[in-house]
Amino acid sequence: MQEQTSKALSNFEGKPNEVIPMLQAVQDETGYLPEEAIRDIADLIGIPESKVYGTATFYSQFYFSPRGKHSIKVCLGTACHVRGGMQVMDALERELGIKAGETTADFKFNLERVNCVGSCALAPVVMVGDNVFGRLVPKQAKEVLEKSDPEV
Amino acid sequence: MSAIKLTIDGQEIEVAPGTTILEAARQLGIDIPTFCEDPELPPNGACRICVVEVEKARALVASCVAPVGPDMVVHTESERVINARKNNLSLMLANHPLDCITCEKTGECKLQDYCYRYGVASTEFFGAVKDLPYDDTNAFFLRDMNKCILCGICVGKCQQVVGAGAIDFTKRGFGTNVSPGFEDPIEESSCVFCGMCIDNCPVGALIPKYVTGKGRPWQTESVPSVCPYCSLGCNINLHIKDNEVIGVSPDQESPVNRGHLCVQGKFGWDFVHSRDRVTAPLVRSNGVFVEVSWEEALDYIIDNIKDIQSRYGADALMGLGSPKSSNEDSYLFQKLIRSLGTNNVDSYTRHCHVSAVDGMMDAFGNAATTNTIDEVAATDAILVIGANPAESHPILDYRVREAAQKGAKLVVAVPEMIGLVDVSTAYLPLEAGTELALLNGMANVIISEGLHDQDFVDKRTEGFEELKKAVEKYTPEHVAGITGLEAEAVRSAARAYASAEKAVIVSDAGVREETGGAAFVRALTNLALLTGNVGKESTGVYLPYGENNLQGMADMGVLPNVITGYQHLQDQKVRDKFSKSWGVEISETPGMTAAEAFEGRKNSSIKAMYIMGENPVACGGDRLKVAENLENLDFLVVQDIFMTETASLADVVLPASAFAEKLGTYTNVERRVQLSQTALEPPGEVFPDWAVLVELAEWFGFEWDYTGPEEIFDEIASLTPEYSGISYYRLAEQGLQWPCPDEDHPGTRFLHEDSFSRGKGLFAAVDYKPEALPASSEHAAVCCATGYHGCQCLSETLSKRSVISAFKKGCCV
Repeated sequence: MQEQTSKALSNFEGKPNEVIPMLQAVQDETGYLPEEAIRDIADLIGIPESKVYGTATFYSQFYFSPRGKHSIKVCLGTACHVRGGMQVMDALERELGIKAGETTADFKFNLERVNCVGSCALAPVVMVGDNVFGRLVPKQAKEVLEKSDPEV
Repeated sequence: MSAIKLTIDGQEIEVAPGTTILEAARQLGIDIPTFCEDPELPPNGACRICVVEVEKARALVASCVAPVGPDMVVHTESERVINARKNNLSLMLANHPLDCITCEKTGECKLQDYCYRYGVASTEFFGAVKDLPYDDTNAFFLRDMNKCILCGICVGKCQQVVGAGAIDFTKRGFGTNVSPGFEDPIEESSCVFCGMCIDNCPVGALIPKYVTGKGRPWQTESVPSVCPYCSLGCNINLHIKDNEVIGVSPDQESPVNRGHLCVQGKFGWDFVHSRDRVTAPLVRSNGVFVEVSWEEALDYIIDNIKDIQSRYGADALMGLGSPKSSNEDSYLFQKLIRSLGTNNVDSYTRHCHVSAVDGMMDAFGNAATTNTIDEVAATDAILVIGANPAESHPILDYRVREAAQKGAKLVVAVPEMIGLVDVSTAYLPLEAGTELALLNGMANVIISEGLHDQDFVDKRTEGFEELKKAVEKYTPEHVAGITGLEAEAVRSAARAYASAEKAVIVSDAGVREETGGAAFVRALTNLALLTGNVGKESTGVYLPYGENNLQGMADMGVLPNVITGYQHLQDQKVRDKFSKSWGVEISETPGMTAAEAFEGRKNSSIKAMYIMGENPVACGGDRLKVAENLENLDFLVVQDIFMTETASLADVVLPASAFAEKLGTYTNVERRVQLSQTALEPPGEVFPDWAVLVELAEWFGFEWDYTGPEEIFDEIASLTPEYSGISYYRLAEQGLQWPCPDEDHPGTRFLHEDSFSRGKGLFAAVDYKPEALPASSEHAAVCCATGYHGCQCLSETLSKRSVISAFKKGCCV
């Protein structure tokens, strides 16, 4: 982990205006922002860790815990919502044994809600990585998981 | 640019362009509510409670950020404004627990006050409510972020003024919170517990633990006092209820601390109520202390001292005063010892500062720090060397930080990373103990590049040629080899310091002689003299002491060779003046220093010692030798507030009064004489120390008839030229910096303006000698992150009996 962080931060000068690019670089490398990485960035720039943490938590693009191998985004935008997106979410939560926003213990999947993926014609929609699953019904939850990861 | 004329609530006013509407309104005495506005932080216009109506403007404007415009017509309490404020308050209440009945902030809560002012009793908005856990993991204060209104003042103070950066805004929208990184408890953050977030929180989100359930603000009396810890002498108000301190707040108007404090001032006072207080005179009988009456104790002391005096002569007696005692107590103490016929009066603590004192004295003719603390904030360049003011003198650290934020060049030359490095322009991580080489190298660069102030050197100094010759070999390359720095770093540090219009040097008076303390101080003064950075506003050399009245104690003549105001005992006129005033003969023979008395000679000529308020046994250095010497005495009297390590060796222990229990003056490092009021009745059989000394003197047969500290101070002023214009009457208004020769004199902000106290400033050729640093004691190791200075005099007598011992170890008195 330390190696990945160092690698991600190796191309920066440590200027205060590099906070966000640094956070992004670390997340690209490690999938999330480990505490040590936030401390490293603070040390590198010479600003308090509270400031780096405050900045990072302001943006929804940053994650603070390890993410799964496959990222499941359940759309709950207006169209998906009215066509039963919530029930699909419930089914996925049951199937994975986690709540939205969490990651499975084996780090295979993480589950989150999003507000529109721009495929309203296919509502309700779930995206796993870059794959789109449309017109889903709750009982297809298991199928979605199996298709995404053969080992499930 | 010409002034801008505008009308606020029907009143016309002219103000400078750029003034905010809020500032203009305040000039008219109009009270606009504010939450997030603070004079020393940049305006952020976040809370919107200060909105006002400007005619012809489309929307209400936030007066704290909106500048005035020509012919503006402003209404601060129109119906529209009031409705907006009510709405704003109602929104705040929607997410604020209404537990005012038990909230400690009741009575001084801005949210409560404004709700009262606008008649907002409850919220009109219902929805999600914050449910954040309390943070009460630390020893000092409780954080209840459910009450936070997100004004951001605590964040600003923590990041900008203090530089601790423990907290910041986290998350966003409804989830926005103020917290340390990773939502950690404050205990695990970089918090320094200065309490400034608490003092500035407009609501009850941050509550010091000690006040809980102790009393309401309107039930307490606020008594002006002076912080008993370091030599900056911050002005504090003690909040008193039922003869108990239940809180401390900084004096917002103080020229010393400007409303700022550190952990010692904010939380360190609780030793006053410690159960360890000595509350009655104690006499050792068969090896154990027995409580006796004052009469018995005094009788016992007089008998023994007189006996020793008659058998061995007066020079067998010695008095050790304390840099914690007030000026009045110190003055009476040396008066009593000298009245007994000896000049053996000194302080053990002073010897930790003796190199600094000697260095400054030899260079400038006055040992005191040259300029005022606040002047640091307005300088153009700062060299911090051999010190970490954040540990030893936090308010000075805040001023250095302020100057750096305003654009001053800051060179930090310390072996280990300190907080100030974050705001520095150059960090010179030199090898510990090589500071002198760096300073000589800087002098070399300044001279060889012609950066010195030739005019100042010619007119105001002597010894330049000797210095020039001495620093010739300290080329940047040579110095780089010694210090482990780059030669270029030495050059640029010298240029930064020398090319600034005004520059200061910040170090610490706790320099150890073993590591060449006096030479180090001379090297500092060399730089100031070379560049003319002394005798002017915002220049000078700052060597603050660790103890609050070390300056005052020395001023009062608790020194073996000089009497008050450093008047020499060899001078017949001086002796005559004091003899006449005191009605006793003053001995011409200089007394023994504390160091001499503790040198460990088996047959020391000192047979009896009276130690007032000092704890040399616990003061680092050679503890055992000190204890052994004290045990060898025939008679030892210790007057202290606690049964200290020193007191436990005494034959008689007299109880002493704590700072809050007596009226008196203290002189801080900037020579500012400050009045501290009586806030508490002393416990048990304790009397103010001046009263004890007067009683003792009378039992000895001297005619002392002081009715109180004011009369004592008047006597000091009448005998001490530097203090002669100072009186309690004037001090009640504000502190005065000596020299203050007459009662119309405003005091002296900085020394050596037209000439040095010794005439001309004296350069010194001081050579760097590579010496092994003495193995630092555990005490000094914690204290001195910088590796150079070693304030081993700090015995922790007060701090270890305070809640602050949880946070500060080895750094306090």
